[in-house]
Amino acid sequence: MAKKKRMKDLTLLERIYLPEIAKGMALTFQNMFRPSFTMEYPEVKFEPPASYRGRPVLALEENGEERCVACGLCSRVCPALAIEVQAAETEREKERYPEKFEINMLRCIFCGFCEEVCPEEAIIMSKDYELAFSNREDAVYGKDKLLTPVSVLKDRIEFLRQYK
Amino acid sequence: MPKITIDNKELEFKPGQTIIQVAKDNGIEIPHFCWHPSLSVSGNCRVCLVEVEKMPKLVIACATIAADGMVVHTQSEKTISARNAVMEFILINHPLDCPICDEAGECKLQDYAYQHSVGESRFTETKQHKDKRVELGPHVMFDGERCISCSRCIRFCDEVAGENQLTFVKRGDKVTIVTFPGKQLDNPYSLNVTDICPVGALTNRDFRFKSRVWDMSSTKTICSGCSRGCNTDMWVRSNEVLRLTPRYNDNVNSYWMCDNGRLNTFKFVNEDSRVNGPHLRRDGKLTKVGWDEVFASAVSELKSFNKDEVAFIGSAYSTLEDNFLFAKFAKSVFGSKNFDFPRVTVPGSGDNILITEDKRPNSLGAELVGMSGNGMNFNQIIKGLIDGKIKALYVVDENLIELNPELEANIAKLDLLIVHASNFNTLTNYANIVFPSATYAEKNGTWINIEGRIQRLKPAVATFEADRSLDGMAMSRLDKFGTEYDRWGKVRKVDARSTWKIIVGLANAFGTKYKYTMAEEVFSDISKSIDEFKDLNYDSIGEFGTQLKFKKQIVKV
Ligand code: SF4
Ligand code: SF4
Ligand code: SF4
Ligand code: SF4
Repeated sequence: MAKKKRMKDLTLLERIYLPEIAKGMALTFQNMFRPSFTMEYPEVKFEPPASYRGRPVLALEENGEERCVACGLCSRVCPALAIEVQAAETEREKERYPEKFEINMLRCIFCGFCEEVCPEEAIIMSKDYELAFSNREDAVYGKDKLLTPVSVLKDRIEFLRQYK
Repeated sequence: MPKITIDNKELEFKPGQTIIQVAKDNGIEIPHFCWHPSLSVSGNCRVCLVEVEKMPKLVIACATIAADGMVVHTQSEKTISARNAVMEFILINHPLDCPICDEAGECKLQDYAYQHSVGESRFTETKQHKDKRVELGPHVMFDGERCISCSRCIRFCDEVAGENQLTFVKRGDKVTIVTFPGKQLDNPYSLNVTDICPVGALTNRDFRFKSRVWDMSSTKTICSGCSRGCNTDMWVRSNEVLRLTPRYNDNVNSYWMCDNGRLNTFKFVNEDSRVNGPHLRRDGKLTKVGWDEVFASAVSELKSFNKDEVAFIGSAYSTLEDNFLFAKFAKSVFGSKNFDFPRVTVPGSGDNILITEDKRPNSLGAELVGMSGNGMNFNQIIKGLIDGKIKALYVVDENLIELNPELEANIAKLDLLIVHASNFNTLTNYANIVFPSATYAEKNGTWINIEGRIQRLKPAVATFEADRSLDGMAMSRLDKFGTEYDRWGKVRKVDARSTWKIIVGLANAFGTKYKYTMAEEVFSDISKSIDEFKDLNYDSIGEFGTQLKFKKQIVKV
């Protein structure tokens, strides 16, 4: 029976290795003169573009009012069940507000569905990607950590209005 | 029988029925807002327009009497376009309030907007503004902008509650609902309007904003407010009861329930005063102990009395199973004849709608399963208590002091008081032993209503020993996917048991082996030993209960 030639059998040139080493070295030298893309994090911080989906936050109007009306749609749509909202009544014109609003950042998968479903443009994917906690309790972000002035979220809001 | 053809299906009907009734009886849904099966026909929403062959114009299905040979189309091009037009018209002035509105998720307008609307409005003018947050009565809040003027609430008050309290004022797109001058929406059935209002214009002030409807589980159960035994749905989130709504049962409560039953029969289940685990009095203070310890202690205490010095008091709040086993225990394990239960009636408190004078849900049942012994009756027991002949009392699920405050001093003098209670109360203040009693929201069992209908109770709230999924309890999305690490998953579960189960433990500690592990097994014993329950089981009782046939005359309570 004739010996079958297999795909993975190396040619002679490949077997002596020297040309491959030369190719590799050439690539290394090339890269030594290319501009560097590495960022010296955390001294240098990455500023994400508007399309970036960092942790979801709640928009706080300039006058100090929160936009969220506690409709619970974000909580309903969230595939990871990360959001818990408890509504209550307020004297404001929109009679409903979140007495409690919590996002469990251990559950969140940054899909952005909450932002997409929100009828009030109240929950918005921020640029914040720095999430670290050392226990489960700290990973549940309450309103204190969620409420963010709209001025900070301007980029994303403009992006959403354009593309959503 | 005459025949009508709806959507190419030939259907028989009873003369006098309207098209919408015939369709409903045959499972064909014709959209409707103002029509309600239990109210008069007003025909003002126009969304039930259908095409009838040989009629010049579309007709409203709710007010058109079916005729022999009539051919109706509910899905024809003409019908659909008329329906779209009516929907567009109704939505003109309806605010985009769904995110704020409590009705969302169970709103007819929302549902129909998906099913029967084109999805776009051509209306660019300003919407009508009306009063929002109007307190129509002590329990009901009205939002004028959301109202679609179907008049169901008005007709309910006039026709079912029998009190003319609501009316329309103004006309055209300014029309709105008000109470008559000097009147309030305060009839004893007022909250039913929040169920039948097809939109979120009328809301329950007690439940407003408490929860989204899709976050709760609902369990088919029975109201405990009186002996009518209205069928209800119990809505629970995070193991907490948030509201009760009536459940249709033609033989009991139709679509309705009273406000007292709806508002005042579930809050104690959620309260902090719940008895959590068995308690023994030590150095004057009730102290939580283990189940084995409490059974052993109850046995040795009970044994130290003469049989005539002890009396047992059951309750018409407890289930058939509870009373049956409690009576059996008193009779055959302890050997007493002195057991009975209090009849709690409030003369004049009933009406000819639903509310009855008997304020307990299961008086007939307690009677039937023999909760009254042939020794002292309830009044004699109380007299014995006052005379000092009764030295030890075993009370299940009734607060004797609340029933009769004058007894407090006599109860304080008792040598032994054993109580089954769901909440700490004035009676447990004097108890030597308190068994934590599961509430009606937490147990399986049966009650018999005033008309002799046996109906099922199902657990909606999980006790410490229960497991929602293993025990086949209703589960919301949150129950299904929550873990012990989620805050909503950290629910309170009270360590409480049904009376029958406590009795099983106690009898066993007495040395009499009771082998029951489920309420259903107790019931099967009842059905074997009492004629009226012959051949009945939990499945045959079913969702809507079963009317019992009485062999002997039952003492009317
Ligand atoms: S981004 Fe996705 S996973 Fe995270 S909270 Fe929003 S919906 Fe939930
Ligand atoms: S969807 Fe928007 S308005 Fe609704 S609860 Fe979530 S954040 Fe609040
Ligand atoms: S308040 Fe509700 S039930 Fe009453 S007329 Fe308006 S929509 Fe109909
Ligand atoms: S009539 Fe009686 S059973 Fe019916 S809801 Fe009222 S209290 Fe409950």
